[in-house]
Amino acid sequence: MSYQVNEKGYYGDFGGAYIPEMLYPNVEELRSTYLEIMHTPDFKAEFDQLLRDYVGRPTPLYYAKRLSEKHGTKVYLKREDLNHTGAHKVNNTIGQILVAKKLGKNRIIAETGAGQHGVATATVCALMGIKCIVYMGAVDIKRQAPNVARMKMLGAEVRPAQSGSKTLKDATNEAIRDWINNPVDTHYIIGSAIGPHPYPDMVTRFQSVISEEIKWQLQEKEGRENPDYVVACIGGGSNAAGTYYHFLDQPEVGIIAVEAAGKGVHSGESAATSQLGKEGIIHGCKTLLMQTPDGQITEPYSISAGLDYPGVGPLHSHLYKSGRGEFFSVTDDDAMTAGLELSQLEGIIPAIESSHALAVFNEKKFKPDDVVVIGLSGRGDKDLNTYIDYFKL
Amino acid sequence: MKNRINTALAQDKKLLSIYFTAGYPSLHDTKKIIEDLEKSGVDMIEIGLPFSDPLADGPTIQASSTAALKNGMTTQLLFEQLADIRKTVSIPLIIMGYFNPMMQYGVEAFCAKCQEIGIDGLIIPDLPVAEYHEHYQATFEKYGLINVFLITPQTSEERIRFIDSVSNGFIYMVSSASVTGSTAGFGSTQESYFERIANMQLKAPQIVGFGISNNETFVQATKTAKGAIIGSAFIKQLTQEGVDSIDPFIQSIR
Repeated sequence: MSYQVNEKGYYGDFGGAYIPEMLYPNVEELRSTYLEIMHTPDFKAEFDQLLRDYVGRPTPLYYAKRLSEKHGTKVYLKREDLNHTGAHKVNNTIGQILVAKKLGKNRIIAETGAGQHGVATATVCALMGIKCIVYMGAVDIKRQAPNVARMKMLGAEVRPAQSGSKTLKDATNEAIRDWINNPVDTHYIIGSAIGPHPYPDMVTRFQSVISEEIKWQLQEKEGRENPDYVVACIGGGSNAAGTYYHFLDQPEVGIIAVEAAGKGVHSGESAATSQLGKEGIIHGCKTLLMQTPDGQITEPYSISAGLDYPGVGPLHSHLYKSGRGEFFSVTDDDAMTAGLELSQLEGIIPAIESSHALAVFNEKKFKPDDVVVIGLSGRGDKDLNTYIDYFKL
Repeated sequence: MKNRINTALAQDKKLLSIYFTAGYPSLHDTKKIIEDLEKSGVDMIEIGLPFSDPLADGPTIQASSTAALKNGMTTQLLFEQLADIRKTVSIPLIIMGYFNPMMQYGVEAFCAKCQEIGIDGLIIPDLPVAEYHEHYQATFEKYGLINVFLITPQTSEERIRFIDSVSNGFIYMVSSASVTGSTAGFGSTQESYFERIANMQLKAPQIVGFGISNNETFVQATKTAKGAIIGSAFIKQLTQEGVDSIDPFIQSIR
């Protein structure tokens, strides 16, 4: 079985491009050019140079000694939290801003939930001197004031999404509507491995630098390229897709996805899409999504603003359905506890998204000589207020 | 039986088609709105099946969809409201909605129910023509349903030809690069686009939608096209003047 996207834009049963005709020319332009653009030598050279000198790559693959002792297995952390802007998101925005330049676009739009992708997009737009508009749910704008301020400081315009539930999915709808209204000069930088083909594949390829580095770093440290397991948290799934990418076709590497169970998978306040979702269409792609029996998309919940997306990228739906990936759901409480544990055992305060991946030890027992690589997708600075409220710090 | 859409298209006149969102302003207005529209001389009706995330729609239709869902509209309820509609209404009826609710109902079950009620066609903005052609065309045709595709000013000639070849009713010609309800009047850009499409001599007649709100825009849009669709402007009328204001609104268009 293949875990690569096929020529029609599908991973198994999932993916495709379910878009209104108004978006067809834009999406088709991308579809027919993205691979060629990404493979040109000058594009690769500029992408690699920016990842190295601007983002700070390669990020360390860190052997977490005390965490390993605690859980009786060998744990490595892939330190995406050390990237410029504090998370993996920037790998993708660097790639897409270069694609946008190649396509001659001079206006960038993006959606954001917690604001991390918005900040990463505003950052690369500032770097390139390109106009940037970020759509953000009106509710999220209130909840994430520091990231809103960052985007503004970087010169982006933050537009509130006032429709529907006024959160990430509505911000995505507004960004898509903007693209419909501005079909010629605008590129839409989607922040996760979601959306119509070719977005899931393009975002995955830009994020695949994560697993590419893990391979040679593990070779240096362990004398082998392949770990026994790669573990990542999943909202839309861009960090997970990048962490898994070079291991997808290596059956000896176990792929573990950790979703946000919120207050419990069946509490009515959850974002565990693989458990609660059904096949459907969201934001232009066929995938698993949380919805009513009548097909209306519902609002997920997680303490982590980066994981509360009602869908999941089509690659991940395929990994789930085919059984290639092992999926766990972790509650707010377990994630917060895991975040505190990492802080106190290793001196690393993780983003709450990443804390979900760290809570995998509640769900699965690893063997002492297993090599387990966990994607530490982001740093916890943005979540301090949530940690303060939760732990009464 | 010949599809009512084709019968309407064969008439020697410009067609006026009206879109409204089922379940808005009130949950059970559906039947009254359809009947009043026919009495006022409307040629075709698009019944909007509301969706939580209507990507191609502007603020007016979004708000009506949100309100309709809040009122309690569902696919099942819409079919119940329409169960006896063919006892009183004879003009073509089209359901316009996004694909996800249809998928959840079951595409074949949805089509079968449409045929049973007397629905003539479907407009599904987020079901691309290639997906339809490959996976669903046979099912739609089995139940006598015409599927209507959109073209826009950005659609290439080659793609318009393909869409024309797959169309067995009319082509929905989106007037400008926009979501619904966002333009004010037509300029020379639209006029040359309408002319360019007219000159292509397509097999399927074209009906213009997006940006038509009054007599002036209706006349402009139907200069070359077979008809025009009014959506957002009609919903605004319902919001501001209520469901008893349908006839004067329709009379003001022609």
